Amino acid sequence: MNDLTPGATGGCRTAPVLKQRGQREVFCGLTGIIWLHRKMQDAFFLVVGSRTCAHLLQSAAGVMIFAEPRFGTAILEEQDLAGMKDAHTELDREVARLLARRPDIRQLFLVGSCPSEVIKIDLARAAERLSQVHAPHVRVLNYSGSGIETTFTEGEDACLASMVPVLKDTAARELLLVGALPDVVEDQMLSLLGQMGIDNIRLLPARRIDDTTAVGPNTVFALTQPFLGETHAALERRGARHIAAPFPFGEEGTTLWLQAIATKFGVSADTFASVTDAPRARARKAILQASEGLRGKSVFFFPDSQLEIPLARFLTRECGMTAIEVGSPYIHDALHGPDLDLLPAGPQISEGQDVDLQLDRARAARPDLTVCSLGLANPLEAEGLTTKWAIELVFTPVHFYEQAGDLAGLFSRPVRRKSLLKLEAAE
Amino acid sequence: MKLTVWTYEGPPHVGAMRVATAMKGLHYVLHAPQGDTYADLLFTMIERRNHRPPVTYTTFQARDLGSDTATLFKTACQDAVDRFNPQAIIVGASCTAELIQDDPAGLAETMGLSIPVIPLELPSYSRKENFGADETFYQIVRALAQPQDRTARMTCNILGPTALGFRNRDDVEEITGLLSDLGIDINVVAPLNATPSDIACLPAAHFNVLLYPETGEAAARWLEKTYSQPFTKTVPIGVSATRDFIAEVEAITGLPCKPDESRLRLPWWTSSVDSTYLTGKRVFLFGDGTHVCAMARMARDEMGFEVVGLGCYNREQARAVRGIARELGLEALITDDYLEVEEAIAAASPEMILGTQMERHIGKRLGIPCAVISAPVHVQDYPARYSPIMGFEGANVIFDTLIHPLVMGLEEHLLTMFREDFEFNDAAGPSHHGGHAQMVVSDTSAGNFSVQMNEGPVPDPTSDGNVIWLSDAERELKKIPFFVRGKARRNTEAFAAQKGISQISLDTLYEAKAHYAR
Repeated sequence: MNDLTPGATGGCRTAPVLKQRGQREVFCGLTGIIWLHRKMQDAFFLVVGSRTCAHLLQSAAGVMIFAEPRFGTAILEEQDLAGMKDAHTELDREVARLLARRPDIRQLFLVGSCPSEVIKIDLARAAERLSQVHAPHVRVLNYSGSGIETTFTEGEDACLASMVPVLKDTAARELLLVGALPDVVEDQMLSLLGQMGIDNIRLLPARRIDDTTAVGPNTVFALTQPFLGETHAALERRGARHIAAPFPFGEEGTTLWLQAIATKFGVSADTFASVTDAPRARARKAILQASEGLRGKSVFFFPDSQLEIPLARFLTRECGMTAIEVGSPYIHDALHGPDLDLLPAGPQISEGQDVDLQLDRARAARPDLTVCSLGLANPLEAEGLTTKWAIELVFTPVHFYEQAGDLAGLFSRPVRRKSLLKLEAAE
Repeated sequence: MKLTVWTYEGPPHVGAMRVATAMKGLHYVLHAPQGDTYADLLFTMIERRNHRPPVTYTTFQARDLGSDTATLFKTACQDAVDRFNPQAIIVGASCTAELIQDDPAGLAETMGLSIPVIPLELPSYSRKENFGADETFYQIVRALAQPQDRTARMTCNILGPTALGFRNRDDVEEITGLLSDLGIDINVVAPLNATPSDIACLPAAHFNVLLYPETGEAAARWLEKTYSQPFTKTVPIGVSATRDFIAEVEAITGLPCKPDESRLRLPWWTSSVDSTYLTGKRVFLFGDGTHVCAMARMARDEMGFEVVGLGCYNREQARAVRGIARELGLEALITDDYLEVEEAIAAASPEMILGTQMERHIGKRLGIPCAVISAPVHVQDYPARYSPIMGFEGANVIFDTLIHPLVMGLEEHLLTMFREDFEFNDAAGPSHHGGHAQMVVSDTSAGNFSVQMNEGPVPDPTSDGNVIWLSDAERELKKIPFFVRGKARRNTEAFAAQKGISQISLDTLYEAKAHYAR
């Protein structure tokens, strides 16, 4: 079994948290649509917003990855703002047109944005009305992905939380696994749990609306992503109970996460070992190879996705790195506590951001690897720092045993590249 | 409210960022909610800039709305001035900040800053990126230009190049060289690499070269009116246009202009016999108005292509594009609706598209080769090598750019002769591209920081079901290489419809071929 003690110097759960207020170099919650619309194959995400929202989505997606994706923006125009047109009538018309063209769509999310929140377009009312109009074929829900309310991955949290109240009731003892994972990772997760004899499993989000995800007082749930605070609260309101655990990144995180569930479901130690021993060994071997360039090096995390704390735990405990600063947009003790317990004491833990001050700290510390957003990576490289863009950590399969080596590889590749390139003149 | 899938232009404050990022010593204080910082990545990732755009965002959140966003703006503004020490700042609001009406201009004015503060009014809900850039540059010029004597030597300014433009860096270098050949010095290039103090010197030049009307025309007009500086109207893209541009410069300056054409290769490259296969290639152009107008003329007169459709996404240039379209006997497509463009291209079934990043994707989806000729473009269209599209070297570059996506002439013949060779067939794509085991219609996203997944195939838009293809004719059609198959199908169906034939036989196919023979 893993050694759960955080080491002689203690963990970071009670470490003082640096909170600064200033410019935040982060995405808004709309960005989550880029992966959510692929995960839920019968869903369409309609942002009610501005040209900026549409531009963000295509820029974050690397400009135009799909000819006609399952998301779009209803762009507010001057007449909508001046009240010359009724926003709800306009919205009804656009939704009717959209659903007529895409009969395959079974669930529609009306996604609020900064402008729609500021001018107070009541999307909850709109969703209710449109649900009645288009029932039973289409279910219409709403959530806000606005930058004034959500930071990057909180958009997925808001989306999943909006689905919790409409989940069917169940009294059955079921395991609900929460968080949008790449299909390949989800299959591995289900297979591992299935081999332990846990097969009464539901997923949120399900791939399709007809996949019956239900919830009730006998439901226990585990989060696969560290940014699902609202969803966590919404599920508890429905009576479900949370299985707290470190997140399933790396060999250790995956084992502890699976162990917490196995314990809850009374899986024997022998069964647990027989299911996990082989993939654990594989994961350790893969991490050992992929993390070669990381051992003894330092890492600095800018806040981005709330994955920072679990990833810092992985890099420090499994890849031999030292953390200088671990910044997260938000820290929730109920979610991040188990990872903070394991993170060796020492790094500055920070929540929120004043990007200029944080850049000053990074420049002073000169970390061997800086994990930061796309807007900062090249400028820092040009200053001689080695960087890893954080968004790739959200867009790549990195959970569970079989991806543990890939996860280490994402961090070691920029370091290896720097050592490979010979651009100076020969002596 | 208008449903949009993809946009050709961002919001106007992104246009202002293109100006600010191009310049040095200028800072942009933008009142904007958390999340609007995404725009930084356009410059740091897509254009590979090695510095952060000089933009400070107030990044207000919901909790700030109830309290005091105005103070937040003032703090951000003061911090930016203290930290970055700019010569001047521009201040404005993004779409959301426009709604909360904090009046960044008024707030900045009350702060008593010792540097010029240039307020921007960019209506986010009615205008777009190009307007934002044009208006921002105009406001900067208006605020900073100082009356002064003309330079002793003949000089001009180059106006319009910005950050995130299409090949702006190299166009400026090429046109600077061309003007220098003509004995004309450059006074200031702006906004690209100009400082606020450079902007002050603009009126010293004798005239202005307006390279990019989309982003520099308002400033050029104002300088003409205020400082009697004439500006050039011809955009030097293509051989003829470059010569016209030189003639225009000659007329403005009164200097005899004898350009050095020794490096100009396009005329021979396009005349040499290998280029015969380019004759009458059907092309569809879409992009910003300036590039489309220039490229349409070049496609027809310098490449020998047939232009079968064209349009632009920026309404500001609609008139010019309609003019060219009339000249070509076509109807211009003026729209920023990507789906409409895709539909028009599918209907015209060209052999090549000259477009933007969007049309590159349309081309992939429809199996039509595409060359990129206009912004918006992606990371692979910011080349490391010198690659202008203006002036004489620009003409050479365009020649290469336009033939690269095509199957070469002799290869085309061989494909026609031996259609079913298992290794060498039309589905393999041009042989110089390599790596195609089969026809590539799926999308390999160029941005490697994106997820890569595909939508399903599009139905063939050219068969409308009214005419029936008999099986022998259908089989024969399949033997025609894919890059002309669409045209053959379309021509045959049009021919059948014209003759009142409802069933297309092998004979109909070849009668149509004879009918359309060129």
